[in-house]
Amino acid sequence: MSAVISTRVHQSTLEDANWVRWSLITVALGFVILFLCVPLVLVIIQAFSKGFGAYFSALSQPDMQAAMRLTLLTALITVPLNTVFGVAAAWAITRFEFRGKNLLITLIDLPFSVSPVISGLIFVLVFGAQGWFGSWFVEHDIKIIFAVPGIVLATLFITFPFVARQLIPLMQEMGSEEEEAALSLGASGWRTFFLITLPNIKWALLYGVLLCNARAMGEFGAVSVVSGHIRGMTNTLPLHVEVSYNEYDTVSAFAGASILAGLAIVTLILKTLLEWKQQTNR
Amino acid sequence: MSQSRIMPGFRPTISFTVFYLSLVVLIPLSTLVFKSFQLSFDDYLNIITNRRVVAAFRVSFSTALGAAIIASFFGFIVAWVLVRYSFIGKRFFHALIDLPFALPTAVAGIVLATIFQPSGFLGKFLKENFDLQVGFKPLGIVVALIFISIPFVVRTVEPVLQDFDSRMEEAASSLGATRWQVFTKIIFPNIFPALLTGFALSFARGVGEYGSVIFIAGNLPYVSEIVPLLIITKLEQYDMAGATAIALTMLVISFLLLLLINLLQHWVRKRSGQL
Repeated sequence: MSAVISTRVHQSTLEDANWVRWSLITVALGFVILFLCVPLVLVIIQAFSKGFGAYFSALSQPDMQAAMRLTLLTALITVPLNTVFGVAAAWAITRFEFRGKNLLITLIDLPFSVSPVISGLIFVLVFGAQGWFGSWFVEHDIKIIFAVPGIVLATLFITFPFVARQLIPLMQEMGSEEEEAALSLGASGWRTFFLITLPNIKWALLYGVLLCNARAMGEFGAVSVVSGHIRGMTNTLPLHVEVSYNEYDTVSAFAGASILAGLAIVTLILKTLLEWKQQTNR
Repeated sequence: MSQSRIMPGFRPTISFTVFYLSLVVLIPLSTLVFKSFQLSFDDYLNIITNRRVVAAFRVSFSTALGAAIIASFFGFIVAWVLVRYSFIGKRFFHALIDLPFALPTAVAGIVLATIFQPSGFLGKFLKENFDLQVGFKPLGIVVALIFISIPFVVRTVEPVLQDFDSRMEEAASSLGATRWQVFTKIIFPNIFPALLTGFALSFARGVGEYGSVIFIAGNLPYVSEIVPLLIITKLEQYDMAGATAIALTMLVISFLLLLLINLLQHWVRKRSGQL
């Protein structure tokens, strides 16, 4: 009898009372619904506010199409480059000992703590008309700022750490015993990488690539500084959304936004799957 | 090199890493520092102490601070609910927390502006019932920054709450502590460093945020103009010196915040026994 009572007392101080539980769930879900669900649903409602026809004709406008193409092109250039960098950096940092390693890790993370606007500004300072190399590029008639190369450079900077930062902790934790075993049995470096390292890091690598891609396609602040907002030429999809919104072309703005929101939803679903994969593979 | 000499590829990978890092990050970033050295100290002070610039810094920091505090409070509750309770749709809500990371900031910006502008459905409701205008006011900036901050807080607190050793709770309650005492004396002090880290991350991100803010802010100089927007305005007026000086100041502040966050994280790991 006394044992029963003591477990009861015990339980009541270990678990929250029902009313606490339900009020906390209500507050938490209310907050999440207000700040996260409502905006997501509203993008769709606004995009279709003038009907399906208006939505699809907004999506097929030449400027919108050009913006989508530019966004895809930017991601196609920046994501592979930063992926190769991420793998190389993770290999050097986790498989070798050298001085200044911690400094190197800090420097790789640097772009995360720089405001997007400043990330764009620095490329204007380097390549702009008044910039360091600006006059040289003007003489040779090469446009970097207010042109596609500037957009690519700013996006490279913004998405720089994503892949490296996923791989470094994982490869550190894994250690290099498996790779050393393969190498000492005579496998070449590349063979070891493709047969031992890559299968071990593939989910984390995909995770990094996914986040890198989402940011590359969605970046606004940095790109907005270097793009010059030339319609059909240097507007990425997020910039086209901004321009349309400021011109009160709500359907166009939200049609573009719905594509980007779709991208975000796909990213979240894949992210959840990859997190699950990474956990079960450990 | 103390490590096994058998591992190949050090030279090519480290050379590529350093080369690429310099090209994409270090050289462009250092330009900002070198460019501002072209200014005399007096010029720099003149730019920074200009009334409009000071006002923008005040707007940026106060809204980021307010948003980080509110997001920390609600983020803690969300993390608590997601870790401790089970309810229908938990997985969905769990995945949704990262939406602000995945949704482009411009999209967040136009949607929040649409919801909270005086004619928007929540903006109208708040205006009519509480005489509270959110859109085109500093309060709108706070709303946008709360949105951006949610995952920073939840994702920092969640793992610490998950790994929390429940034996400490059991010990305290078997010694006669009430549930409230267990929470305030045992759980919260252990979670606090993580919460503080989440707060600092939100604050740092909020100060530099641009895309989600500009649509809802109204961007009135002295009232609702944020520092990143002022940098862009200076750039558009070809005032390179102004843009550079303000940007450098922001950059130095962000790095100080980054240093603080790293110290905090070190403290968190030490307290939770990972070091």
